[in-house]
Amino acid sequence: MPTRRVTVGSKVGLHARPASLFVQAAGRQPIDVTIGKDGGEPVSAKSILSVISLDARGGDVVVLTAEGDGAEKALDELAAVVSTNYDNE
Amino acid sequence: MTTPLTGIGVSPGTATGPVARMAPPPELPPQTAVVEDTAHELETATAALEAVGSDLDARAAAAGGEAADVLFAQAMMARDPGLAEKITVRVGKGETAPHAVSGAFEEYRTMLANAGAYMAERVADLDDIRTRAVATLLGVPMPGVPSPGHPFVLVAPDLAPADTATIDATQVLAIVTEHGGPTSHTAILAKSLGLPAVVACADAGTLADGDRVLVDGASGTVEIDPLDEVVAEAARRDEERRAALAASTGPGRTADGRGVQLLLNIGGEGDLDRAVAADAEGVGLFRTEFLFLDRTTAPTVVEQEAVYARVFAAFRARKVVVRTLDAGADKPLGFVTQPDEPNPALGIRGLRTSRRFPQLLEQQLTAIAQAAAASETDVWVMAPMVSTPGEAAAFAQMARTAGLRTAGVMVEVPAAALRARAVIAGCDFLSLGTNDLAQYTFAADRMEGELANLLDPWQPALLDLVGMTAEAGASAGKPVGVCGEAASDALLALVLVGLGVTSLSMAPVSVPDVRASLARHTYDECRQLAALASGAADGTSARQAVQEAVRGAGG
Repeated sequence: MPTRRVTVGSKVGLHARPASLFVQAAGRQPIDVTIGKDGGEPVSAKSILSVISLDARGGDVVVLTAEGDGAEKALDELAAVVSTNYDNE
Repeated sequence: MTTPLTGIGVSPGTATGPVARMAPPPELPPQTAVVEDTAHELETATAALEAVGSDLDARAAAAGGEAADVLFAQAMMARDPGLAEKITVRVGKGETAPHAVSGAFEEYRTMLANAGAYMAERVADLDDIRTRAVATLLGVPMPGVPSPGHPFVLVAPDLAPADTATIDATQVLAIVTEHGGPTSHTAILAKSLGLPAVVACADAGTLADGDRVLVDGASGTVEIDPLDEVVAEAARRDEERRAALAASTGPGRTADGRGVQLLLNIGGEGDLDRAVAADAEGVGLFRTEFLFLDRTTAPTVVEQEAVYARVFAAFRARKVVVRTLDAGADKPLGFVTQPDEPNPALGIRGLRTSRRFPQLLEQQLTAIAQAAAASETDVWVMAPMVSTPGEAAAFAQMARTAGLRTAGVMVEVPAAALRARAVIAGCDFLSLGTNDLAQYTFAADRMEGELANLLDPWQPALLDLVGMTAEAGASAGKPVGVCGEAASDALLALVLVGLGVTSLSMAPVSVPDVRASLARHTYDECRQLAALASGAADGTSARQAVQEAVRGAGG
């Protein structure tokens, strides 16, 4: 199953604006993507409540997983959102 | 004419207008029967959440900046697919829409609440959407601050920080709450907005929307349907008060010329404009937490120095007392807070965090010292949560090593007040943090509204500790100030001065009242008032006794 390990780029972590942007991007994908902390339970990337309760901080490593047609592309897109530093926007 | 309602006046001034009550959170009636048409019930639940989401989207668009980000994230929460799934399951089991929605939110709430102190704000956001959705489903008014479309007197059981953020100062004439006390959030907010306010007004619950009331924030009374002459008289007194305040300028002093430094409490660069414009002698409490909040690592010495330099420059040739980082426990910082403390208020906070992170304090002191050296400001530094003479001496030593000339400590732990002589022997000054000192002295949580009477700064036991500390300062020839909410109470200020306090630090808006109050009394009168207060049985009688004595003297 295709996976990506990504470091959270924003200092505020996967909360507030970065979380909203991530979940919006996940919602645009044709397939389901899951996200979890390294070694932790994965949750649906489309659920902002689940993503926020991961409490992924800046510098943490998260694991994105997807399956099916377009999985690699979806993971690339979402990995880019996670690793971007939105702090000064 | 009915008897006026009474409470504690916490922000002076009067206002007359119609009542608008804050709607309480919706009460979920018990479910009596299992739902049969689950499809329809699910549609209703979904529609309510969509309505809440759209409303939040609209408010996000109207707001700007960070507020918009929070509202936008909240709108997404309302549309969360995981939430929808949980609701579907519950409705499938026969729960009504309000119950299913409330229950599903509760499941997420538990998840978030268990994730630690950092998530506290997210839990509040979640609770907010939940109450909105449930209110929509039950067909009851949205909870929160009302918007009747005309100026009104806000009446509520109490106000939470989330409520106060939405108060429109151009529409709210005055605030009346059933609970709360002199140091509660309502009091602090009302003072900063210059709105008359009465708290702990137990009978405010009897007021109904539309009732015409006259609120007197100094005497703590709420008169229902006042006569026109009474309203006119109140307006006249207000005008007189405003004129007296405008005429009162310059350094604080008693009627017979004894100086009492009037200083400001500031918490960040956002407070600077108002602080600089205020007629005060400097800053008695510069809270530095804002530099460290919402970060995963500490700010560098260079980063800190730049911020301190800007604040010092704003108070060139005046005094600025910097309080070193007061974090941990109830003021969580990601890189400092100990998780799972059983009693955060009694835990590793303030100066205690330097036991585990000494470099944090060293770096902060270095940054302060460097900024001070490059400025023309008289920079003092003080540590919070000091409990022993040893800690005080060690801190002062550390500060001097970093290059700072004047180092003192806050007195908020009772042990420090009881041993004030030994504590002040090892440093240059003391500053009483009366809010926390009351909390620890009365073993009463500052956040517990029911215990507000114990947290009243007029409590004689607290005044005893203030007096003891001030005496220690007098014996050592060193200054002892008060920087808690007590300092902003124009009447209590007289008592504090009478007990020997040499400076008072408060929010800018409170300075004129305190200055005018001091100027009307001699130091001897202040000592007499202090004796009256200390001899009373409790906070309420202490306040009453001093109020009567001052009125009797025409003060």
